Amino acid sequence: MNIIGRRKLWFAISLMVIIPGLISMAFRWATAGSPFNLSIDFTGGNLFNVTFNSDVTVAQMRGALKEINLEKSGIQLSGNRSAIIRTPVLGDEKQAQVLAALNKVAAIDKSKLRIDKVGPVIGKELTRNAILALLIASVLMVIYITIRFEFKFGIAAIVALLHDVFVVLGIFSIFWWEVDSAFVAAILTIIGYSINDTIVIFDRIRENLKRRKKGRDLETLVNDSVLQTMTRSINTVLTVIFVLLALLIFGGSTIRLFALALLIGVTSGAYSSIFNASPIWVELKNLSRRRARA
Amino acid sequence: MRARSLILLLAIILAIGVSGFLLVRYKVLQKNINLGLDLQGGVHVVLEAVDTPDAPVKPDSIDRVKAVIENRVNQTGVKEPLIQKQGTRRLIVELAGVEDAEKAIDMIGRTAQLRFVTTDGRVVVRGQDLKNAQATTNPTTNEPEVDIEFNAEGAKKFAAITTELVRKYPSPNDPNRVIAIYLDEDLLQAPYVKDPITTGRGQITGGYKDLEDANRIAILLRSGALPVKLEKVAVQSVGPTLGADSLNKSQKAGLIGIIAIIIFMIAYYRLPGLMANVAITAYMMIVLGILAAVNATLTLPGIAGFLLSIGMAVDANIIIFERLKEEIREGNSLRRSLEAGFSRAFWTIFDANLTTLIAAAVLYYFGTGPIRGFALTLSIGILTSMFTAITFSRWLLRLVIDSGVKNTKLYGA
Repeated sequence: MNIIGRRKLWFAISLMVIIPGLISMAFRWATAGSPFNLSIDFTGGNLFNVTFNSDVTVAQMRGALKEINLEKSGIQLSGNRSAIIRTPVLGDEKQAQVLAALNKVAAIDKSKLRIDKVGPVIGKELTRNAILALLIASVLMVIYITIRFEFKFGIAAIVALLHDVFVVLGIFSIFWWEVDSAFVAAILTIIGYSINDTIVIFDRIRENLKRRKKGRDLETLVNDSVLQTMTRSINTVLTVIFVLLALLIFGGSTIRLFALALLIGVTSGAYSSIFNASPIWVELKNLSRRRARA
Repeated sequence: MRARSLILLLAIILAIGVSGFLLVRYKVLQKNINLGLDLQGGVHVVLEAVDTPDAPVKPDSIDRVKAVIENRVNQTGVKEPLIQKQGTRRLIVELAGVEDAEKAIDMIGRTAQLRFVTTDGRVVVRGQDLKNAQATTNPTTNEPEVDIEFNAEGAKKFAAITTELVRKYPSPNDPNRVIAIYLDEDLLQAPYVKDPITTGRGQITGGYKDLEDANRIAILLRSGALPVKLEKVAVQSVGPTLGADSLNKSQKAGLIGIIAIIIFMIAYYRLPGLMANVAITAYMMIVLGILAAVNATLTLPGIAGFLLSIGMAVDANIIIFERLKEEIREGNSLRRSLEAGFSRAFWTIFDANLTTLIAAAVLYYFGTGPIRGFALTLSIGILTSMFTAITFSRWLLRLVIDSGVKNTKLYGA
């Protein structure tokens, strides 16, 4: 199987996933004011996760909230008897009014009630911390790879991980799935996983380079290295996918989007490690060789 | 040699199996690992001290707030409350397992400002003038009452105003003799002044349903002695059933995922896969044991982190087994293949895991609450998995080879 030779095809497939995501982000930014469906963790606000003792409809709840001037709240049913309601940041009194209003629609099960309130200050801090964390983690990893391998490996690994991050961001933007603080954790884990996956292949390339016979073509060597680690790459991602699929299906609604982000990211990570990272490294090598010759 | 290895191998597997069974059967780990509020319900409040013209935030303000809130939380009997300073202005209060979230948040949040106001709207005494307030039962009347005590300045102010009111309005039932006590905008009580109070000590009597009610007012008065305004910048409350539901679902999901991995490992890697499963069972017990030992709090993302780390632990084994198969295919003896496989795989596993560890460490540093829990379990998991894959799996496989299992097909090659 010639993976390195067909690298243009693999790059094209990646772009076909990433570009719609980028377009969606730009479009959403222009129309909705943000590239993502940001949760109250970032924007600040109140979130009520309410379970009723009997069936309810969105219209009923909106009607009840209208009486306290909150009819513009985001209301979303999750099952016949439970709903998620998003409002701007509310004071204690207003919050109590919301619960009282909803309680009039149908009795609320208090033991299943979840209320989150995030002030705008905390939201700003989270956004700042998330961006900082992503940058610092990426820089540290490039430094580590440069020390243990070489700079070009580091660049190739970072391109591969940016690929994975943009795949996940793009898909979350397209489907308008909610992005919260757990999503940031998911992205960082994807970064760690993607690098992990890439390094195992690079490690093999490094080893084969040491044992390289004279005149052996670099592309063939890299291709062999990718194939030698292929079973591992696939088996490892499979075991992680087992766990994530189980979480996605059986883990309950609170963890569903978190598991989904990881699932997309890890799958993309396996793809980019095999089909992007090493080919990019070959491109970088070719580029510098051509430059040396010129 | 052969028999000894075989017996040792079986003994290890038996020991791990039995201890795993006992841990699950007697719920040892469940009893020793703290659950986050997303798994058992409760409230999480982040308070921030804000400046007001009357009471700017001072360096020790948050310490005083902390003391008062600790005191108040302890009076409610909530088990293992978490009350933690964050920076110089914030206080994180986490009460897991409380039944009535609203009441708890209300209690934490009511750190507001106390004012004693006369009917003509004058603020005569403030929270910082009050030293103490205690609910008692009056020994003669047997009625509940609240004893209040002012500090020197408060005593002076209170003496002046009570003397003035009694002189100005001679009738004991004159409505102007009332001093209303406000906590923020809430009217707590509006008692009549019976006599001038010049000693700095007074009693508020009547108007209490029972001693508990008087105690509630006393607690609020004491908290009102707190001269800082607090804002709730983040609040989370989770109903107990919802928490238990999340715990059950994630446990079920985890179990299914783990069983899938176990089946896959045996189906694909045969004998080494079986040994990897033994090593992974040991791995899970070690990680959960460490979590219990360092008194970590397990959150929902924490469980996800743990499950993900199992995937990484399996990965270390997979890297080794793939090496092992290659070595066997190159015609090396089993024993040599094993040693070569492990030593070659070591640096791969090291480099690969270290980068993930960097991500987890950064996450731990920048994250708060549940996200930290995730980063912590992931980090502990990665470190433990490197240990178990490199030492424990190797030891097990050596024992297998020494036991005389020679058929390379059993090694997946």
